[in-house]
Amino acid sequence: MDLAYTEEERAFRVRLRDWLASVLPTLPARPDPRDWPARRAYDTAWQRMLHDAGYADVHWDAAPTIRLIFLEETERAGAPYVGANFVGLLHAGPTIAVEGTPAQRQRWLPPVLRGDEVWCQGFSEPDAGSDLASLRTRAVRDGDDYVVTGAKIWTSHAEVADWCELLVRTDPDAPRHRGLTWLAMPMDAPGVTVRPLRTLAGTAEFAEVFLDEVRVPAGNRVGAENDGWRVTMVTLSFERGTAFVGEVVACRRVLGALARAARANGRWDDAVLRRRLGRLNADFAALWRLIQWNVSEAGAAPAGRGASAAPGKGGGVPGTGGSVFKLRYSHARQELYDAAAEVLGAGALDAGHEWVADRLSSLSYTIAAGTSQIQQNIVAERILGLPKGR
Amino acid sequence: MHFQLTDEQRALRDGTRKLLDGRFGRDRLRAAVDEPALDRALWRELGAAGFFALRLPEEAGGVGLGLPEAVLVFEEVGRALLPGPLVACELLAGVVDGVAAGERTAGLCDGSAEAVLWEHPADCDELILVEGGGRDAAGAPGRAAGVYRSAPDRVACAPLTSVDPLTPLARVTDFPRGAPLAGPDPSRLRREAALLTAAQQVGSAVRTVETAVAHARERTQFGAPIGSFQAVKHLCAQMLVRAEIARSAVYAAAVTEGAMDVTGAKLLADEAAVRNARDCLQVHGGMGFTWEADVHLHLKRAWLRAACWGVAAEAEEALAADLLG
Ligand SMILES: Cc1cc2nc3c(=O)[nH]c(=O)nc-3n(C[C@H](O)[C@H](O)[C@H](O)COP(=O)(O)OP(=O)(O)OC[C@H]3O[C@@H](n4cnc5c(N)ncnc54)[C@H](O)[C@@H]3O)c2cc1C
Repeated sequence: MDLAYTEEERAFRVRLRDWLASVLPTLPARPDPRDWPARRAYDTAWQRMLHDAGYADVHWDAAPTIRLIFLEETERAGAPYVGANFVGLLHAGPTIAVEGTPAQRQRWLPPVLRGDEVWCQGFSEPDAGSDLASLRTRAVRDGDDYVVTGAKIWTSHAEVADWCELLVRTDPDAPRHRGLTWLAMPMDAPGVTVRPLRTLAGTAEFAEVFLDEVRVPAGNRVGAENDGWRVTMVTLSFERGTAFVGEVVACRRVLGALARAARANGRWDDAVLRRRLGRLNADFAALWRLIQWNVSEAGAAPAGRGASAAPGKGGGVPGTGGSVFKLRYSHARQELYDAAAEVLGAGALDAGHEWVADRLSSLSYTIAAGTSQIQQNIVAERILGLPKGR
Repeated sequence: MHFQLTDEQRALRDGTRKLLDGRFGRDRLRAAVDEPALDRALWRELGAAGFFALRLPEEAGGVGLGLPEAVLVFEEVGRALLPGPLVACELLAGVVDGVAAGERTAGLCDGSAEAVLWEHPADCDELILVEGGGRDAAGAPGRAAGVYRSAPDRVACAPLTSVDPLTPLARVTDFPRGAPLAGPDPSRLRREAALLTAAQQVGSAVRTVETAVAHARERTQFGAPIGSFQAVKHLCAQMLVRAEIARSAVYAAAVTEGAMDVTGAKLLADEAAVRNARDCLQVHGGMGFTWEADVHLHLKRAWLRAACWGVAAEAEEALAADLLG
């Protein structure tokens, strides 16, 4: 039980800090959040800079602690977030790295690392959200192609993506989880129609994607036909892992800013608000410790405290430690911005204020990437070993 | 960074659990509820096992381990609901003669608390009072910060019927002070007492999740185990979340020994222990409301520990002030 970083880890941090200090002042101004092409250009240019400086593959190849340091330092320095590179870097890329053939890795990974290609995730459908395995988008084999027809929804970054990690049904007669296949679909293929959806925050962050007899080469299949559910589980365990490290750092910074703002406007005299902020301080500090714990466990031998913490099956199920984290984090993030609204008073009605915009976006945290109810089912069934039910 | 337990730490935890299972199983727990006088034979055994001398240097006859190890041991203590002035004896080993070996016992009172509580007043050979050393550093008006000792028979008390059947309490009304003890530092004692108390809360919180889950698997209603109902599942899932978040905070505080880390860890551990015990009670239905079930013992002890060495209101204020610091 130790929180000290090794010589090598400290050296990595120092090098990264120096590099960030030298390049961040050279970045252009952030794009307008409504201008997707500009956002794509900004995010991919940043990825290219990371690539050229040797940091591109930190999400894949680096030891978990190195990755933690990378996410912590980039956030501290105010560096751009992964943004449009999210799915490619944190989701599809890692999946292809684990499940893809050498040729597939060669085709798709370098462009992601260089910031040349952007990916989106086509899993959810209008009738298949939490119950993802009920999805109906069909892919029928025709010669060397799959012919895909159906509709996806809530697809983030679809407007600017080059590729889509697409989950389709290849065997409608098999049990639900057995008939699915994971495909890499080019977004410019004939038959793909993207219709942006406006979120409650006012901007279009995701889209509907309609697929009308889209031909996807069979060579774009990652994993075996009808083995897509297992491949997908690999993907989801990446998503629920350390995806939120930088955000926790950012939340702690916002919390400090809230306290200072409250002192400046007199609301600090309200003991109820003060105590609320104090509790959030403990919450985010503990979330950071939980990240350090998960990262440290991931980097170590399989045995862990999970076995004793969790009656029943014990730890070791991929992504379940992430479920515990996500449940608490998504809740804490919403509490943070509710507290921000209290600090702002009437200012909380100004949608132009950064904290108000973040308050709006915080509402998606208990829904996206598995709702809180689904996460609780996962914790109860897969960690605690409670019986499945309806 | 190696935050996870070392093999030695895992062995220490497992060994402690085995020792406590063997020497303080359910029968002994229930016997202690009926007769809460301290079991001196068990105390000496714990002393012989190095329980109190855990952090004393080996030259002084101790085990030479650190705060993280003490936290692991106290997590097990909390899990087993072992009664006695445990935190006091752990912190006063090497300060008060005979405590390290388990031959004598010492109590530790927080002189800055709203009510100065004394645990196991009939069973302490010595009583030590910590004055000051908290956030305000100084003691109460007119009293110097420091650590004082007194013979138990000179301390004046008002009787108090303890809410926790396993922990007899008295309320100290007058504590004749001699010169302050030279050794221990009040703020450090206070911090370590808070952390070891928090560790017990974590142990209790984990135990009540396990108990709730075991019951939810066994108990059948509407033709199905109640653990298959989502309302019950989600209670259990949140119990685990609370226990895990508190445990991460407590382990980290044991490593850093930072004042704010300890304060935050205690706040979250108190919440985890109290809320988990209540949810565990809920999952047990009518059985949870009985004297016979152990749930109330966890809840009552959790309430008591939450009232010791920093209550939620103080902790939240300190953590808020830290944001401006
Ligand atoms: C901002 C944002 C970005 C997203 N980006 C993407 C993306 O890029 N690609 C993609 O594929 N998807 C994306 N999603 C979709 C997301 O994964 C789904 O919204 C989510 O899985 C929930 O599905 P749903 O919206 O159909 O809700 P539903 O599944 O219909 O759920 C509605 C309500 O019912 C509850 N519920 C459902 N089933 C159960 C159950 N078994 N037990 C208890 N309660 C239940 C849910 O918790 C929820 O409260 C995104 C969503 C958001 C909000």
